[in-house]
Amino acid sequence: MEFETIIWHGLAAFLTLCIFTFLYKDNPFYKFAERLVAGVAAGYWTMLVFHKLFVDKVYHTMATGQYAYIIPILLGIGMWTRFSKKHSWISRYSIAFYIGISTGVSIPVYMYTYIFRQISATIIPFTSISNVLVVIFVLCALFYFFFSKAHTGAFNIVSKIGIYTLMIGFGAGFGLTVMGRVALLVQRILFLKDYVREVAAFIGG
Amino acid sequence: MRKQIPIYFVFGSGIIMIVQYFIPSEESDWLFTYANDWVIVVGIFALALGIWSLLRSEFRKLKDPKERFYAAVLLFGFFIMIFTGLKAENLEAGSLMFDIFENVLIPIQATIFSLLAFYVASAAYRAFRARTVLATILLLTAFIIMARLLPLGPISEVNQYGVAWILAIPNMAAKRAITMGVGLGAIATCIKIILGIERTYLGHD
Repeated sequence: MEFETIIWHGLAAFLTLCIFTFLYKDNPFYKFAERLVAGVAAGYWTMLVFHKLFVDKVYHTMATGQYAYIIPILLGIGMWTRFSKKHSWISRYSIAFYIGISTGVSIPVYMYTYIFRQISATIIPFTSISNVLVVIFVLCALFYFFFSKAHTGAFNIVSKIGIYTLMIGFGAGFGLTVMGRVALLVQRILFLKDYVREVAAFIGG
Repeated sequence: MRKQIPIYFVFGSGIIMIVQYFIPSEESDWLFTYANDWVIVVGIFALALGIWSLLRSEFRKLKDPKERFYAAVLLFGFFIMIFTGLKAENLEAGSLMFDIFENVLIPIQATIFSLLAFYVASAAYRAFRARTVLATILLLTAFIIMARLLPLGPISEVNQYGVAWILAIPNMAAKRAITMGVGLGAIATCIKIILGIERTYLGHD
């Protein structure tokens, strides 16, 4: 193991412990690591966007004599007028362009992925009990959100099945989230254990 | 007038982007590609605006003796990533920027997420104590899901089937119903924006 690697892993181990100190209470070590990660993340994403989007997409396209990006560049610069009280209205055009295109593109996409694909996946042949249950549970869960009809009598039963289905879904989501977090915790603990071994091996030669 | 024109702008661009989806042709493909690229370019300038806002706030904090150290840590983290990432090849493995990414950003973020294992468990205990049938169903499902990795002897196999059934039938039905609800809500919001009913994005005068 190289000395440089030991130093880098030492920094990672120190920062890991800094974050774990929050389990006791908010303290300067935690705040230090928290602010450091905020700065590093902002810097990392800035450079990633600069190289992968600005240089590759905008600068290189403009350098080849294609000036199609002049309009969005002007709109983008217009965003910066938000700092001026007098000229901040200009930024509304940039935001309007951004919002207009985004919402226009989103409607068919949402319609297809969130609605049509879900419905087509639910319209399945009743060849097994599981298929029947999927259809019943989806309809009942949807009915739970349907407020134009009072949830009384038979509708109450449908609504009840719907909320039970939703609770099972939330429970599964909760269980999977906790498992994911625990897996991360185990991984961090193993990292600390491995680091101690690395240092011991390095000192021992 | 300064608010009316951006609303027309949103309406026009939104309708054009919806219509192009339903007219498959080279022209609509071209429009879709360019409109998305333009949105990305405007987004790049919006990111710069966000970074400027962050830096301005942190430089102000440098004047406050209580916040000075933490603001300096954030600025240090930000500028070290900017300087080490000036060249595009520095985004690749083996560079100083990549080492900082791997030994500062990744460990801190992973540890912060792993901390949630403790807080999710304690919050869940307080929030979902089995007081009602619904809370009991949620807890029971979460427990069955979490227990799938435990060595439960002969019950393990039964539990595996149970988990598979929960994830494939009621959980999927619940997620599907929620997805449809989210989709309808998102489409309704998009339509409200395009029609100018929802205009909070324009800000206040």
